Amino acid sequence: MTATAHAHEHEHDATENAVFGFWLYLMTDCILFASLFATFAVLHHNTADGPTGKELFDLRYVLVETMFLLLSSFSNGLAMLSLHRQARRATVQWLLLTALLGLGFVVMEVNEFSRLVMEGNGPDRSGFLSAFFGLVGTHGAHVSIGLIWMTVMMGQLMFKGITPAVTSRLLRLSLFWHFLDVIWIGVFTVVYLMEVL
Amino acid sequence: MQPHSHGASHGSTRGYLLGFALSLILTLVSFGLVMDGVYPASVTLVILVAAALLQILVQMHFFLHLDRSSSQRWNVMVLLYTLIIIAFLVGGSLWIMHNTAIRMMPMPMTMNMGH
Amino acid sequence: MIPSAVLGKLTLSAIPYHNPIIMGAVGTASLLGLLVMVWVTWMGRWGYLWREWLTSVDHKRIGVMYVILAVIMMLRGFADAIMMRTHQALAEGLSQGYLPPDHYNQVFSAHGTIMIIFVAMPFFIGLMNFVVPLQIGARDVAYPFVNSVSFWMTVASALLLMVSLAVGDFSQAGWSGYPPLSETQFSPGPGVDYWIWGLQLGGVGTLLTGINFFVTILRLRAPGMSLMKMPVFTWTILVTTVLIMLSFPVLTATLALLTLDRYLGMHFFTNDLGGNQMMFTNLFWVWGHPEVYIVILPAFGIFSEVVSTFSRKRLFGYVSMVYATVAIAVLSFGVWLHHFFTMGAGANVNAFFGIATMVIAVPTGVKVFNWLFTMYRGRIEFTTPMLWSLGFIVTFTIGGMTGVLLSVPGADFVLHNSEFLVAHFHNMLIPGALFGYFAGYTFWFPKMFGFRLDEKWGRRAFWSWLAGFYLAFMPLYALGFMGMPRRLVHYDNPIWQPYLLVALLGTFLVAYGIFCQVVQLMVSIRHRDALRDTTGDVWNSHSLEWSTTSPPPFYNFARLPRVEALDAFAHMKEQGLPHRAQAPFAPIHMPRNTGVGVAMGAITFVFGFAMVWHIWWMASASLAAMLAVVVMLANDEDVDYMVSAEEVARLEKGSAPAMAFASAAATPSDLKTQG
Repeated sequence: MTATAHAHEHEHDATENAVFGFWLYLMTDCILFASLFATFAVLHHNTADGPTGKELFDLRYVLVETMFLLLSSFSNGLAMLSLHRQARRATVQWLLLTALLGLGFVVMEVNEFSRLVMEGNGPDRSGFLSAFFGLVGTHGAHVSIGLIWMTVMMGQLMFKGITPAVTSRLLRLSLFWHFLDVIWIGVFTVVYLMEVL
Repeated sequence: MQPHSHGASHGSTRGYLLGFALSLILTLVSFGLVMDGVYPASVTLVILVAAALLQILVQMHFFLHLDRSSSQRWNVMVLLYTLIIIAFLVGGSLWIMHNTAIRMMPMPMTMNMGH
Repeated sequence: MIPSAVLGKLTLSAIPYHNPIIMGAVGTASLLGLLVMVWVTWMGRWGYLWREWLTSVDHKRIGVMYVILAVIMMLRGFADAIMMRTHQALAEGLSQGYLPPDHYNQVFSAHGTIMIIFVAMPFFIGLMNFVVPLQIGARDVAYPFVNSVSFWMTVASALLLMVSLAVGDFSQAGWSGYPPLSETQFSPGPGVDYWIWGLQLGGVGTLLTGINFFVTILRLRAPGMSLMKMPVFTWTILVTTVLIMLSFPVLTATLALLTLDRYLGMHFFTNDLGGNQMMFTNLFWVWGHPEVYIVILPAFGIFSEVVSTFSRKRLFGYVSMVYATVAIAVLSFGVWLHHFFTMGAGANVNAFFGIATMVIAVPTGVKVFNWLFTMYRGRIEFTTPMLWSLGFIVTFTIGGMTGVLLSVPGADFVLHNSEFLVAHFHNMLIPGALFGYFAGYTFWFPKMFGFRLDEKWGRRAFWSWLAGFYLAFMPLYALGFMGMPRRLVHYDNPIWQPYLLVALLGTFLVAYGIFCQVVQLMVSIRHRDALRDTTGDVWNSHSLEWSTTSPPPFYNFARLPRVEALDAFAHMKEQGLPHRAQAPFAPIHMPRNTGVGVAMGAITFVFGFAMVWHIWWMASASLAAMLAVVVMLANDEDVDYMVSAEEVARLEKGSAPAMAFASAAATPSDLKTQG
């Protein structure tokens, strides 16, 4: 076996291992979110005479937020399709759209949080609001980290092109991004819709 | 390198479109039911849970490309095991905490009878 | 006190210079550290240490460093134990003992935290780092660099704990840190914060290790090694990594919520405004119970290897051993409530978790019988690793029976939080985990360094530990029945005192055992030529790690072994197959050493320290630095290199001692550090 063929095989294995390991990390993240969901479920009645979710949440606003995230998940998928076609330019453009939509989501969430805090309904108001900020905020922090990652990846695509290492990282980023959308399904159902119901 | 061998499925435009459309419908159904309040709360709750689970499955299939192909076997196994543990964790915690909470409820009739 | 912008809550008064006991401990620890540094400087070994060890991504070296960390922390944790036992032996009636309550509380909190998180965890992680890739016939782990990061994050969090001795104080809320005691209202100082960040940052490192080894075992096994041909130790580690991945995120979440309570005034676990402290207890043990199995299962794996090797027989019931391990792992997620039967759940809940707990005794019993049947009609050699295993089987069975007793909720209501409980879990963890690690340490030491450990001092250590253990903990069972609660700083019952004096005696005997282990190491180094292992298979054992040289070359195997049966190496020996690779050799792909792991550990430490003291600028700066390092790493593609076939041939021709740990010259020239 020649050294290059050897290196080639090694790189291939490395990508597979990296993606598998990242999938495992996502599973551990699932458990983390499960703990937060359980905490929310236990604490959501503990409003301490403060406002309930029904009084605080604006479902129209949340629906728009949800749309931002769902669209970004979709455009991320299109970015991956471009990546597999080796179309660098299109990949960057779709990623840019994904990032902008994700940014829209984060901005809306920050706006919602700051409005709640301004009105005196911050996370220190009650056990319910602690659990709400804890769960939704953790998801938002994940999305923000995803945005930083996406920015770095757009830079790498532009300066390095579609190398095996870049592809491997984009595969993982894509898993991460779709995963966050899946978690959000749980968030809008359990936190927003069930509280308002 | 063509990264084609892992996850023989990285989807197609059609797959993503289908996944997106289904997710969109399920999301709108969930929000619509709660915002319009056409059904009683208990019925809406059941539909909400079903729609959420269905949407999770849709996204797992069309976006995360989980299926029964051999390349995905370990990924799916790990996911299933994680879900079992999550059921233990969330279900058990809620059972314990709910049970404890009920037993700590001050009962107006017996509260002053000293026990 | 108003926190300053520059140093947060940190002032000079945080250093307890008025407390002679703490200052003595700080002085001793610093002096020892200083002596080591002087010695390294004297020997002119800083460059060697940095190039070959600190920056190493070699799983064998990381493994050895983990074990060293565990041993150092064990000395600290054991010092705490002696202090507690001495204090309790004294503090009866008019005597108040010698520790003030606030100090005593810190001592027992630190003892528990250190022994579980910074002794048991790094000890088995060290052994598995060294052994698993060798056992499965791999060249390294799946992510060698991540391995280095995990290690240095663990070091950083252990260091954070040690610093709490000198700067500020440690938590007084016990190792489990239950709120509301651990909330700001009742613990305003930095102690609980040290505990939180020590556990949190170390936990991240452990989680990364879990993922790393799971992928390693699943993807990097030698050709032919199917899952059911894996050595039992590798099996137990595989299951342990699953437990790590599934339970540590719960700890992360729980600690994060407590952090939010303490730092941002939230109400997850507070008394007022809708907090629910019982949820902390619940979540803590969702992690805490699997954690018990995380530290015990690897020891079960070690015992299996040792018992079969020194009985000169194959392990009895390999398949049942594997299934028992998996069964324990699954069940371990369904029993956590038995840690808080008395919290107030109803009879149905308690009965469910009580029965689930009793069920765990079944697969554990299967294992015990398997070990016994392995020994049955075997030609048992009473070497030190075997002695540790025998001591374990007997003692652990006693502990298991007291555990089944405690799993009856009614009995637990009497014994909860009593000295009986203290006796029980020490009776599980000391033989069940620690004896196993000692057995593994003695068993694999020749593989690590190329020479055996002295047997005479090893036997002395074992008998002192065993007798010391019984003397120290059997009285506690009796005290529990007599109604003595745990964690007492003072008591007014003269009947208890004799038992506590016996327990103290036992602790001193254990101290002698530790002394014997130190002597054993020094004597063995001195007589290393007489104890040299030239064959690589010093115990005539059965798995692949024994088929390579002792110590193994940095690439482990010149050619990856081909596995045809369970107990692959025994099979090769029986069939007379060659197990050392012959020329021609192929080039080998290896990961490059890097100092980035050390840097990330340093940043982690600074971040933890800054968070404990509310030094916000420093915390943000270290987070930014961490982000910068990660982004930099993402742009660095030069992480590995090839060892040429000629180089491999040259190294293979050299005899084993040429690759001994003390010779830096034997490493190839391109094994340079970077970053």
